[in-house]
Amino acid sequence: MLEFGILFPSILNGVTTGAVYALIALGLTLIYGVLHIINFAHGALLMVALYAVYLLKRHLGIDPYLALPLVVPAMFALGYALQRVVINRASHGKDENILLVTLGLSIVLENLALMVFKSDTRTIETAYTLTTVQIGPAFIALPKLVAFGGALVASALLLLIVTRTDVGRAIRAVAREKQGARLVGIDVEHVYAMCFGIGLACLGAAACFLLPAYYVNPQVGSGFVLVAFTIVVLGGMGSFAGALLGGLLIGVVESLSGLLLGESLGQIGIFAIFIAVLLLRPQGLFGARA
Amino acid sequence: MKRDLAGIAAFALAVVALAVLLDSGVWLTFAMMALYGALLAQAWNLLGGYGGQFSFGHALFFGVGAYAQVIAQVTHGVNAWAALALAIAAAGGVGLFVGALAFRYGLKGSYFALVTLAFAEVFRIGALSVEFTGAGVGMMLPLKESIANLQFGSRRGFLLLIGGFVVVALLVTAWLRHSRFGARLQAVRDNEDAAMAVGVDPYRVKLAAIGLSGAFMGAAGAFYVQVFQYIDPGIAFGPHVSVEALVGAIVGGMGTLWGPLLGALALHALADVTRNLFGQLPGLNMVIYGVVLVLIVMFLPRGLTGAGQPLVRWWRRRRD
Amino acid sequence: MTELLRLEGLSRAFGGLRAVQDVSLSVPGGTLTALIGPNGAGKTTLFALMSGFLTPDAGRVVFDGVDVTGRAPHLNARAGMTRTFQIVQPFAAQTVRENIAVGAHLHEPRRAAALAAADTVAARVGLASQLDKPAADLTVAGRKRLELARALATRPRLLLLDEVLAGLNPQEVAEMIPVVRGIVAGGVTVLMIEHVMQAVMNLASHVWVLAQGQLIAEGAPAAIASNPAVIEAYLGHGAAARLRGAAA
Repeated sequence: MLEFGILFPSILNGVTTGAVYALIALGLTLIYGVLHIINFAHGALLMVALYAVYLLKRHLGIDPYLALPLVVPAMFALGYALQRVVINRASHGKDENILLVTLGLSIVLENLALMVFKSDTRTIETAYTLTTVQIGPAFIALPKLVAFGGALVASALLLLIVTRTDVGRAIRAVAREKQGARLVGIDVEHVYAMCFGIGLACLGAAACFLLPAYYVNPQVGSGFVLVAFTIVVLGGMGSFAGALLGGLLIGVVESLSGLLLGESLGQIGIFAIFIAVLLLRPQGLFGARA
Repeated sequence: MKRDLAGIAAFALAVVALAVLLDSGVWLTFAMMALYGALLAQAWNLLGGYGGQFSFGHALFFGVGAYAQVIAQVTHGVNAWAALALAIAAAGGVGLFVGALAFRYGLKGSYFALVTLAFAEVFRIGALSVEFTGAGVGMMLPLKESIANLQFGSRRGFLLLIGGFVVVALLVTAWLRHSRFGARLQAVRDNEDAAMAVGVDPYRVKLAAIGLSGAFMGAAGAFYVQVFQYIDPGIAFGPHVSVEALVGAIVGGMGTLWGPLLGALALHALADVTRNLFGQLPGLNMVIYGVVLVLIVMFLPRGLTGAGQPLVRWWRRRRD
Repeated sequence: MTELLRLEGLSRAFGGLRAVQDVSLSVPGGTLTALIGPNGAGKTTLFALMSGFLTPDAGRVVFDGVDVTGRAPHLNARAGMTRTFQIVQPFAAQTVRENIAVGAHLHEPRRAAALAAADTVAARVGLASQLDKPAADLTVAGRKRLELARALATRPRLLLLDEVLAGLNPQEVAEMIPVVRGIVAGGVTVLMIEHVMQAVMNLASHVWVLAQGQLIAEGAPAAIASNPAVIEAYLGHGAAARLRGAAA
């Protein structure tokens, strides 16, 4: 049962899924690292992006990969607006309030989707959804391979933005020292909103890569949210390297435990890791103590 | 304390009066479900409002209570009332277990919220995969109406039962507000370091709070299963119960005696009104809960009782 | 006078920063003593080490003959060692009376008794008129008094006051000094971290000086004030010589 021919496809599968997980987690860790808020709505917002990609294909015939230049900016705008209009107003200086607001947001989004789309699971069909590629003894679906490549490219782009651009520099300044940044003329509210927008833009990209290989239904968000949190906590809140490594690791763990314990029980593997990390090493692999 | 007790006595009388006088099935059901919601919110309020530890997975204890009740009664033929006691104890025990882990490792704020969510999910998946909980099919409680069996012919009996639980929760909350335990719990909530400096053991105090909170959630779970005669992993450990408990307490006013009751009443009334206007849409309830949560946190962070306080003070000043 | 608190070779570092280095001192019972030093000297870290909020890397804390090194703060409070905080930490959502009552509950299990004790303590520090106010509504001076009252309510044997006079105007300082004296007169040993030199000179019978984590001098207040090492710690290298030269 544990021979290479069975393990390798599982690991490969895990790595390709893990790359997309990493992209999702990167957005979350960016938001936490700069705004210090835990965005409970991250999964629900991914669901929104997935539905957007789905609708674009279903009603306008736009291929998911071609939808990138539409969905990514749209999600960015949504994130910017959400932060400026809703989340910013809610904190009243207490962290718990933001927790509650993002929770409320996730509830609203998930159930609005339930009302509008019903609980059916939907998939899309393109010319390539059923194509497979052979790597060694494994056959991997082409969309998954593209997702892997796309997620890595998007992550690299994100890192470039944060380290090489003026916006990125402003973001890093605000993350490190908010008051100081304000004193040198940085519009902190604007940077916060930009950051949230970028975090959601990552979700938009992830959605375009995910949908061809996956599916969408209103509950899909909650599945991703805990996985994303596990990755971020494992990698360390605010650490990009941690999110990347953590994403790949969790992808593989999920795939392997699904192989060993069965589809539904396998999920427990992730939560067990999550709880263990929270209890024993909350700063994760690369993060600073929260 | 006397004022609190007088209020609780009045409330108890009101519930009895309603149970005796109301004839409409619709109204009885509304009262019963509103009080059930109140119990959920009161349980959450003990840990979240008074203890300052926000749990996002409170359904964990609810589910344990519900399953304990069914499994004890159906699989092992235990008497319904004895099973109820077992359910409450089991839920409280799980509360102590989670608390022992989480508080021993100093989890607070968002991390605590996340870990409670994770535990609820673990139990949900576990219940889905294991035989003695009926796996995905869930479990049913056969109908056998008799008080000894904790089943009542009409909603009246259930209304009195849930009313009893709510009164007990009110009494415990009132006791908490006027006791050393409550003073210490709120001190830990407001400033854990300062509390430690004056001799409060935060671990012990938070542990007691989560055990108590879990026990009441367990009672709510056992009650649910008696009324609806069915439980499955999604209902038991899913987000619906967790959200209802949390939103009810916050909307009504965290850390107050009457807040959870008020919040639950308001939410159920709102849900009823929207159901009458828009019909029984799946997800509509939760959308409302979510929107109300966001609005309350943004504009009325101290909840309905917080909004009412200036009014109460003004009235008191006029009276003097 | 018997020794109430003894520190033996206490050290604590944070990464590369040696916050406290090999500090040893002995506090006799029934005295009012002071710990002074420039900002960042490690005074509050020392308090944290004494009361159990931090564990030392090396050394011992002996309270009334018992080794309490690294023991949890609430256990130390129960044994009679209570500290206040430099940045005041009220229970903001509660009233002044309720705040103090939390301290009183250390020895009073019943609510009514604790609340009554809170009233008494409040009167001692001059907060009697504000008992029903929410703690969040107090001025800085009020909060400092609340901090003191809450600690006092625990009936400590050793009270560690961390800059209880900081942020007070001269009138408020003048009002607090007799309060502190009264506490000592009542049998409580007080060790205070202070920057307000007027108070230190007035109150303390013995002073320790901490600079860059090390104990550089100790003795009676007057002796400390003219100690060159102390002057240099506050005013910089060569300051003692310059002052002597200017006086000459």
